[in-house]
Amino acid sequence: MITIIQIILILFAVFAWSRAGLRIKDKEIGVGEFAFWSVIWIGVIIFASLPGILEWISKIFGIARPTDFAVYIGIIVLFYLVFRAYVNLDKQSKEITRLVREIAIKKKK
Amino acid sequence: MKLFIVIAAFNEGKSISKVIKDLRSHNYNNIVVVDDGSKDNTYSEIKKQKVHALRHIINRGQGASLQTGIDYALKQGADIIITFDADGQHRVEDIPEMIKPIINNECDATLGSRFLRKTKMPFFRKLTLKIAVLMIFITFGIRMTDAHNGFRAFSRDAAQKIKITSDRMEHASQIIEEIHKKRIKYKEIPVIIRYTEETLKHGHGSFIQGIRVLARTFIRKILE
Repeated sequence: MITIIQIILILFAVFAWSRAGLRIKDKEIGVGEFAFWSVIWIGVIIFASLPGILEWISKIFGIARPTDFAVYIGIIVLFYLVFRAYVNLDKQSKEITRLVREIAIKKKK
Repeated sequence: MKLFIVIAAFNEGKSISKVIKDLRSHNYNNIVVVDDGSKDNTYSEIKKQKVHALRHIINRGQGASLQTGIDYALKQGADIIITFDADGQHRVEDIPEMIKPIINNECDATLGSRFLRKTKMPFFRKLTLKIAVLMIFITFGIRMTDAHNGFRAFSRDAAQKIKITSDRMEHASQIIEEIHKKRIKYKEIPVIIRYTEETLKHGHGSFIQGIRVLARTFIRKILE
């Protein structure tokens, strides 16, 4: 029988995936990024609706409880996302510096 | 030979005029001062002086300011560029020794070192600077006596090759890395650093700042 938490997870994943779909439609994200989010949210939908799969995979990895496996995966994904956010922030910071430096030199001319 | 002095200034309203006057009294007239979005009267003080005054509309850090100043000096046809601190801790009297090896074609960059001459400094500052020297040796394999001295001189060729992309204080390590990577011939020159209450307040080379610089350098290495 499907539990409430499974329903919440599936609904949230569908909602989040639709947001990613809207963003690619508006050309705010690229195909690569959409593919990344699709893998994440489809994965959540599959694991939430068929928990047996999660149990099977966690056993392959030698993790006794499927929920532990889900938490580990979640932490890895979060680490990756934080790293990506940091890279983006760093890139933007460098762009701002370039702009500020160019304005300083152009104003002097 | 066109010599340009590049100064990065952030909230240095109290000291910048004195530093500029000191340089001008020694006939160093090509002075580029980059106000790095100061909140005090630094920019108005610079504008009163006969210098090339540039301004970052927002604060971007000493590394970014130096690169702005160096780019500008190169555009003005500089043959030698000196980076000089705005808080008065560098001595104008040391400039001739800094540029001599470059004029004599012995090298393309000179780096001031406060450890080649006896300089009185607080213990923790000495410890931090020595750790920085050790880190430079571990990371790049370069033996130096002083890794974070802002007093440097570059030939035009070296200044064109060195690209400072680290905006904040970690630019000092990056400059050494650039010198090493681009095989720029360098020499360390003994200089005296004047430690006053004001310069110590700024915390250049303080222990906490050292840790921050180390962390940022580490992150930059990961991102590269």
